[in-house]
Parts: sequence; C-alpha cells; structure tokens
Amino acid sequence: MIEIGKPHEHIEHAHIDVLEKIADDVRQDIIKMLVEAGSGHSAGPLGMADVFTALYFSVLNHNPKNPKWEERDRVTLSNGHIAPVWYVTLAHAGYFPREEIYTLRKINSRLQGHPHVGTTPGVENTGGPLGQGLSQAIGMALAARMDKKRYWTYCLMSDGEHDEGQIWEAVLFAGKEKLGNLTGIIDRNNIQIDGFTEDIMPLEPLKEKYEAFGWHVQEVDGHNIQAIIDACSEAKAIFNKPSLIIAHTIPGKGVDFMEFDFTWHGKPPKPDEAKIALKELRTLKGKIISEHE
Amino acid sequence: MNEAAKLNPKLFDPEVEQVPTRNGYGEGVVVLGEKNPDVVVLTGDLSESTRANMFEEKFPERFIECGVAEQNMMGIAAGLALSGKIPFVSSYAVFVPGRCWDQLRVSVCYSKANVKVAGAHAGISVGPDGATHQALEDVATVRVLPNIVVVVPCDSIETRKVTIAAGEHVGPFYFRYTREKTPVITTEETPFKIGKAEIFREGEDVTIVACGPLVYQALVAAEELEKEGVKAEVINNHTIKPIDKLTLASSAKKTGAVVTVEEHQINGGLGGAVAEVLAENYPVPMERIGMPDTFGESGEPNQLLEKYGMSVKKIKEAVKTVMKRKM
Repeated sequence: MIEIGKPHEHIEHAHIDVLEKIADDVRQDIIKMLVEAGSGHSAGPLGMADVFTALYFSVLNHNPKNPKWEERDRVTLSNGHIAPVWYVTLAHAGYFPREEIYTLRKINSRLQGHPHVGTTPGVENTGGPLGQGLSQAIGMALAARMDKKRYWTYCLMSDGEHDEGQIWEAVLFAGKEKLGNLTGIIDRNNIQIDGFTEDIMPLEPLKEKYEAFGWHVQEVDGHNIQAIIDACSEAKAIFNKPSLIIAHTIPGKGVDFMEFDFTWHGKPPKPDEAKIALKELRTLKGKIISEHE
Repeated sequence: MNEAAKLNPKLFDPEVEQVPTRNGYGEGVVVLGEKNPDVVVLTGDLSESTRANMFEEKFPERFIECGVAEQNMMGIAAGLALSGKIPFVSSYAVFVPGRCWDQLRVSVCYSKANVKVAGAHAGISVGPDGATHQALEDVATVRVLPNIVVVVPCDSIETRKVTIAAGEHVGPFYFRYTREKTPVITTEETPFKIGKAEIFREGEDVTIVACGPLVYQALVAAEELEKEGVKAEVINNHTIKPIDKLTLASSAKKTGAVVTVEEHQINGGLGGAVAEVLAENYPVPMERIGMPDTFGESGEPNQLLEKYGMSVKKIKEAVKTVMKRKM
C-alpha cells in the first residue's frame, strides 16, 4: 500500500498552481486506487481530474464536514463509471478519509463500483446505467426553483451517453423550463467502449444541437482549470437558460500510454504500468494545462 | 359478510354505485396537496385521463408537465425526491413502469428516493384500446424491486386511501388503478392499512384472495357459492408488497384451499406472491385466476374478463376445482 498524505482543505480562491497540484494528486490517487481495486475505468477518471478539481476546490459552494447542508450546490454524475475521480476528489476535499480509496469495489465498502446516493458522503445521485443523471439534476434544480433556494445544480455527463434517448428527453425538458440554475458539463473525450464516438454514433454538431434545444453552450479546454472556472462563472450569469459546458478532454490525460487510447476506457493499470504512470505524474507536477490540441 | 369490514351495504344491489378508481387518485392527491406543500405531481401528457388534472387545477405551481417522456419524468421525480419533494408520477401503467423500469430501479428504488408511481388504466378492463394499452405485467415487474411498496386498490374509495397513505409513507411506492366505472365495495369506515390484508367475507371451505376491482367478482362468486353450500372466505389483498403473510397463512390453515383473483398476468402477480407465501408457510391446494399468459385484444371490459377467464363463473369453477384437490 502506498503512503497517503493529509486531505486538502477546501481552498477559497486558490491560486491556479495550487489547483493544478491538487489535480495531479487526484490523478495519482486514481491510479493507486484502480491498481488496488483490480478493476474499473482508467481513461475517463484521469480525463476529468481537472474538471472535478475546479469544481470541488473553487467553483462549488459546499461543506465537506456537513455533506447534507441544505444550501449546498448539487453535483450529479450521470456517467457513473468514472466514479474513481469523484471518490478521490471527495476524499481530497475532506468528505471521508483518503485511506478509504483503497476499498473501491471491495466488499462492505462505501465506495461502490458505481456511485450510490446514501452510501458515500458527498455523492448526490445513483448512476451507472447511462443517461439517468441529467433528469435527476433537473429534479434538483426544479426543487430549488420551487423552494426559492439559491443552490446550483451541476450534472456531469459523458459524450458517449448522449446515445441514450433519456438524455435528449431531459435536454428538451430543461430548455422548456428555462432552468437557469442548472449547468451541464460534458466530458467530450470522443471515446466510448466500442471505439470513437463519431464512429459508433456521431454526436456532432453537439454545440448546435444543445443550442437548438434552448441551452447556452460554451466550449472549453477541459484541462485548463482557469478556463473551467471561468466557464462555470459565465454559466451562472445566464439566468434564463440552462447552461452547457463542453469540456474537451483527453482520455487518460497525464499518463502518456493511456492518452487517446479507447482500450483504456474500462480497465485498470497493472502494478508495473501503475509505477510508470505514477512516475510520469510526479514529474509533471500538474503542469499539463492547455496542451489540448 | 365480515361486519368489521364495514362494506357498502348496497354492494349486491343491481343499482350498486359505480365509480372509476382513477377518481380516487385525483381526490387523494388534492387532499395531500392541501396538507403538504412538498407534494408535487408529474405527468407525461396524460393529465386528464389519469385524473392528475384535479391536482393541476388546484396547485398549478406544483404540477409538472413532462411531455411524452417517461424515462426523464421518472428521473426528474427521483431528483425532486432527493431534494425533499414528494413527487407523484402519473401516467398509464403500461408506461410507468413499462417505459421506465430501469429508471424506477436505479434512480428511484436503489436510491430509496421518496417517489410515488401511480399507474393508471391498469388491467384488461381498459378494453377497446387493445393489448398495447392493457397493463398486465406491472405488478410482477415492480414487486421484484427492493425498497418499493406495491398496492392494488379495489375501488375509488380505497384508491383515495392508498394515494394518501402513499404520500405519508416514506420511500418508493407503486400503485395501479383503473379507468372503467366499477362497483364501490368499501366505505369510508372500511379499515385500510398498507401491508394488512382485510377479510371482507368470512368462510371455512375455501379462501378467495383477490385484489383490485375484481374483489367485487370474488364477493359475488362467494355469495352464489353460499347458495350451493360452499362457505368461501374472501380476502382483499390490496398490498402485494410487503404481503400480509399472517392473514394469508391463517386463512389457508382454516380453509385448506386457496384461489387467487387478479386482473394481471397469471405469472408473477398476486397469484405468484400468494403461492410464495403459502409454499413457505402453509402449503395448500391453490388455483390462480388471471390473464392466462397471453396478450389481450380490443373489446368491452366485461367481454374481455369473460373471454380471458376472469369472470364470476370462472372463479366459481376454480373454487370447485381447488376444493376437489383438498386432502
């Protein structure tokens, strides 16, 4: 077992350098937990480490010591299979001890293979079967509007799950309701289990599709933490429409031999592969911004 | 009859009052809406026919029109429930749970989200619309899901009571109701408690366990059998899950033979649930009345009940068959 550091405290207005270092720690812990678990998804969690870091260490109004605080911003994860990045980020933010990441996918663990609300502190929805998260996020955003609460609801989605009809039912509904307190973030990494999204089921023009359904859409480099934070701020300023942020990410980001390779979608690294990956991440020290091409 | 059940005194009057059970749903959600501001109602383009419109008219700000999109509707309901609301999902039983079983499983039941699913137009008695719209599998497909309660009320009054009980129960809840006018069997005073089967008629020779509006046919069959010297006990087993093992096993012990009656596929519904209880607790000969593992067709409700073997005549035949099998 690899030594674990102290949890990061919630950082208000953290300097981007600090956030990048956290994202790098998150990536390292993802590798460590997946090796220990012996199964799970690698590419998606690594690709979304910067988005999760930006949310939990800068964007969100939340309290890890009181996960059920009524005014907290809500985060739902629709593509539940990238749970490792959620769990590691929650642990780093202080929702539960970092040692617990090694229980992923094991018997009697609070860290289920796919997220389950009520089991893990900070997890707001149950997800795994694709396409279900946005509807749940809409329910949360509608409840906020009815109760005149100011919390924000975020829904993280994959690109591949946009094959599901339910997503488009939800996109249509949020547009109709002009849900200004809802921000969707798509992990646009262009891969799904059987190959590239545009081969399996083309999604483009994705931005225009959402716009046609009444959403405000921004596209960002999903590895540029400052850009992610700025996009979330702009989304909050748009009060008469739901907002979408298409985060262009690289699957497996930070680990050279995983990047862009869809075969890393659904498997963990072996111990020797993990050693290489961890060495690489330690060398990078989080300096992986804005290299997305 | 069991006096304690306080049934409609005019039950066997040819002019017995007939009311669609769906009216009880509309009345029930309005009562709940007045009591609790967290109650919200969702529908998928079926407000009037599910009677959700009764709530919509009174509480438009708490009524959510989802369009013809049941998967999204079920997910929204889960999100509302996780945020403290008490959502009622109103559509036809062929669509909820039929079109959104996975959302019911994952977003609602696994999450223990406090969602109430009201399946309208259940059973074959929806009639002329034909097999596509006759929900005959919903009880089976829902009762296998952990964490959910499943109830089939017998008349409009009981449907109102179930609706109110659903709103007060914490956790996932499914109930189905029907479109056609059916006899009002119960009264305001008839006892109703989730999970408690009620003995509507006492007897010693055979037990007829029924749910939904066919409880009426079961009671009529029992009256007619009495004239032939057979004393049939009739149990209104409205709650399919959690099922009342004690009442069912005690009655089976007393009579030694059981017939189940339901407007649902013969496999997996009330008959299946009762068979599970009796096999484990007090095995006795049993016959099941229900849709005989086939799809329906268009027709008038009574013609369909007759053709597919859910009539008074068939119940009586099943009683005679099961009694011959008694030791």
